[in-house]
Parts: sequence; C-alpha cells; structure tokens
Amino acid sequence: MKTGRTWWRPDGFLVYAVAYLVFIYLPVLFLPLFSFNNSKYIAFPLKGFTLKWYQQMLNSPSMLEALMNSIKVGLIVALLSTILGLMAAKAVTRYRLPGRGPVISFIMVPLVIPEIILAISLLILISQADIPLSLWTVGFSHLLLCTPFAMLVLVSRMEGFDRSLEEAALDLGENSWMTFWRVTFPIVLPGIVASMLLTFTISFDEFVLAFFLTSTDATLPIYIWSSLRFPTKIPAVLALGASIFVISFFVVSFAEWLRRRGVKMEATSRI
Amino acid sequence: MDQLTRSDMNSTDRTAAPSTNVGFALRRLFRTSEALRGYILLSPTLLTMIIGLAMPLLVLFTLSFWIQEYLDFIRTFSLKNYFDFFHKPIYGKILFKSIRISGLVTLATVLLAYPMAYFIAFRIQRNKLVWLILITVPFWTSYLLRVFAWKIMLGYNGVINSGLKSLGFITEPLAFLLYNPTAVVITLAHAWAAFAILPIYVSLEKIDRSLLEAARDLGENAFMSFVRVTLPLSMPGVIAASLLVFIPTVGDYVTPSLVGGPSGIMIGNIIQSMFGKALNWPLGAAISVMSMLTVTAMICLFLWGTHSFRRRIA
Repeated sequence: MKTGRTWWRPDGFLVYAVAYLVFIYLPVLFLPLFSFNNSKYIAFPLKGFTLKWYQQMLNSPSMLEALMNSIKVGLIVALLSTILGLMAAKAVTRYRLPGRGPVISFIMVPLVIPEIILAISLLILISQADIPLSLWTVGFSHLLLCTPFAMLVLVSRMEGFDRSLEEAALDLGENSWMTFWRVTFPIVLPGIVASMLLTFTISFDEFVLAFFLTSTDATLPIYIWSSLRFPTKIPAVLALGASIFVISFFVVSFAEWLRRRGVKMEATSRI
Repeated sequence: MDQLTRSDMNSTDRTAAPSTNVGFALRRLFRTSEALRGYILLSPTLLTMIIGLAMPLLVLFTLSFWIQEYLDFIRTFSLKNYFDFFHKPIYGKILFKSIRISGLVTLATVLLAYPMAYFIAFRIQRNKLVWLILITVPFWTSYLLRVFAWKIMLGYNGVINSGLKSLGFITEPLAFLLYNPTAVVITLAHAWAAFAILPIYVSLEKIDRSLLEAARDLGENAFMSFVRVTLPLSMPGVIAASLLVFIPTVGDYVTPSLVGGPSGIMIGNIIQSMFGKALNWPLGAAISVMSMLTVTAMICLFLWGTHSFRRRIA
C-alpha cells in the first residue's frame, strides 16, 4: 500500500502494534509463570522453580473429573450445534424462504443477549418444568449459544461455493441425499471442522450458563471458579491452564496443517 | 434428520408411484413448495430456539409480574417488582453504572483496536494470517484465568506494585489499583480485545484500495482521505465491534466479582444475588427485563448516532 506511506512514518504503526501485543500478552504470560513458582501464594517475589503443581494437577480427581465433564459436554454440543447449524445454513442458502430475514435474526438472538439473562431465563423455565439441573441442562444452554456461531460459519461456507456443482450431480441422476454426501459435504467440510472447533471452544470455556444451570457436576470453568476462592488450589489451576493452552496450540496447528493440505489438494485436483 | 432427508428424496424421486391420493398430494406439495422444504430443513434448529430462547424469555417476562413469597411465587399479576425497581434507587444506579462501565470498555477497546486493525489491513503485505493468529493466541486461555491474570497484575503483591517497589518509586504497595470500577474497565478491555479487532479488520480489508487512490488524486491529503473514505467505509466493522463488546460486558458477572470490589459491582451481580442469596426471583426477572430494555434503547441510540455521523462525514 503506497498511498499511506507519506502520513505517519511507517514505524509509528509498528511501535503501536508491538505495544498492543505487549498489552494483550503480558497479563496472560504471568499465568504459566506462577504455575512453575515454588510457592502457593500468587505474589512476587518468585520463590524458585518447581513442577509440583503439575504433579498436584494430575493427582486431583475432582479437577480431572471437571475436565472430563467439560470435554464431554463440549463434544456433544459441538456435534449437535454443527448439525443444527448445517441444516439451517442449507435451508437459508439453498431455498427461497418467505420471512428469511426475521428467521435468521431470531436464531442469532443468543449472540446479542447478555449471557446472564439467557442463563436465568433458562433456569426459570427448567425449574418451572421440574427438570433436574445436570450436565444435560448445561449442554442444552450451550447448544443455544453455539448454534448461531455454527450457522454463521457454515452460511459463509455454503454461500462461497458454486451451486451448479450440486445441480450437476442432481442432473446426473444422484438423489439429493447422495448429492449431499458426495458433493456438498466434502466441499463444506472445512466449514464443518471450523464450526466444530469454534463451538467446542465456546462450550469448553463457558462459565455463566454452566454456573446457573448445573447442580453438583462441575464443568472445568466452574471448578476454576470455585478454586479461585481457595488460594492454595490456584497454582494447580494455573498448571492446568498452561497445559490446556499448549494442547490447544497443537490442535489448532494440526487443524491449520490439515486445512492447508486440503487447499493444496483442492488446487491440484482442479488442474 | 432421517425424516427430512426422506422428504427431500421424495421431492426428486419422480418415478415413485403415488400410493394414495393424500401421499400424492403431499409429494406434489414437497416438489412444488420450496418454502415448505426449506422450513422442514430449518425446523429442528427453529424448534430448539423456540424451546430454549423464546419460551424462557416469555417465562422470564411473566415471572417479573409475580411476587416471591418465601420459597414460592404468588402467581397473580402485580407491578410490585417494577415499583421496587423504580423506588429503590440502588438498582437504577447500578444499572446506569454498568452501562457507563461497558460504554467505557467499548470505547477503549474499539479505539485501541482500530489502529491495530488498520496496521494489519494496510501496512502488512504478507503473513497477515500470522498477525491475526498472534492476536487471538492470548484468548485461548480460559476467560476466568484471563480475568484472574489482572489480579496478579494489579494486586497488592502484584506485578505493578512489585515493579514500582523494586524500582524504588514506592515503599508501600499501592492498594487502590484493584477492586474498583477502573480495574473492571481495564480487565474487560483486555478480555474482549480480539472481539473488536477482527470485525474492524474485516471491514478495512474489504475497502477497495482504488477509492483511496482516487481520493488522493483528487487532492485530499492523507488525513482527510482517511476521514472521508476509510473511516466511513469501515464503520460497519466499528459498529459490529462495539455491539460485540458492549452487549456481553453489560451483563458480565465474572469480572466485577473478581476485580471490582464493592464499588465495582455491576447489574449482573445484582441479578445473580436475586437468584442466589437474596432469593427473589421475580424481582431478579424484573431487573433483567429492565436491563434488556435499557440495553436495547442504548443500542438504538448508538445506531442512530453512528448513522447520522456517517452521513455527516461522507
């Protein structure tokens, strides 16, 4: 971009960008730092290196159970919200629907409503219907939160590809189910993967809905929340946080590697 | 799912002989009515949203007109909760404070994010994706821990106090850093940074670069072409970013609880206490309804404001 070069020296922006990165990274970097600190108090000065908090993390059954709960809820929510999002995305991109606008806005409402209000409304409904609170009620609330995100991701993917590919398959005698499996699905697959990753992440990290809608089974954020009140438990939580960060780094890198390979294969198969 | 696909198949399966007249009529309807097929495909999602969203909000609205009596509700229509809301100034005051805090957070987040988004969109030619990933990486940490990180930063024996002490600027730690509304604003502005950068970046990236060249060729200086071309064209991103930050932060419960202290309480804490310790669900419902109405009004005001601003500068 040549036009911008004359006003502001180019360095000004770079300095700002680096300062901004320091602002968003600095607080977060202290979390792993204290997970290696040989003291149960999260305070300076540091007391030397230790791995005992990682050991304590592995020996804490309640923490590992909360982790498993979050993974279970996250996987089910990711799968269901992506299915719901996919069906909705196909409906709004492939059919002429009367009232399309209002319907989409309605599905998107969970994005523009403070979570605490969604949480208490669901709590009221669930208690009035005499349904016991459990991980299922948490999962249902996460489904509501995640479906709009899944739909947004998938609509953009559905809009991005050439409809005539589907029409060709239909004209060549495939029925619509087989057309979906052999044409639509492979093309939309990157969108499905993106949607699953996104919805899993949202569910995995969601606190307020789970806080109101679970009884005794804790999800990981609930476990973290309750440990934040007991200073002695915090270092092990920080150790878990650091471990999850490293694992998600590898998962995302792997997904990105898959995506690039997919793009390459798409490019070569076109030639 | 199964039923849907079968209906889909019916619509294209033209060789299937009609078994009954009703079946035939239904099949013809499927084949001819695109809207019906679309809505059938949409129905599971729509049904989930009706059960999980429309019904709870309706129940919330109804409950706000009931009255709590010990552990039960008096189920006759009453405006008592709304009277309470307007007569006890604390609720209105805290709602107003929450909106002020979120407004400040939104302003800070968007103002800080804009130059960064501009930098990535216009100054970085290669590896834009690397920069975008660099920005999102800190947000893979749990939200709760990101908020907690500011306790480490601002706390009594935290980063800032220890740093100032070791540099010899202070002898005693500063106690006023944490547990106040400013700490809430800083923490939220940090926690929601990525939500502001991405929409602004997308709208800046979409701008046709030849428009900027045209503005320069027509004699606008760089600053004026930014004000009259780039800024108005990036407004959709700015608006999206503002809403994405403002709406969730108004009702935030975690941050004021962890770093807000007594003076940093927000409306989310009040609502939570009504459903917890204070045990007055109907009043909590009324406060929620009032919060939603106020937030909606603020959003309308904001959209109207940005609309007229855009018209004036464009």
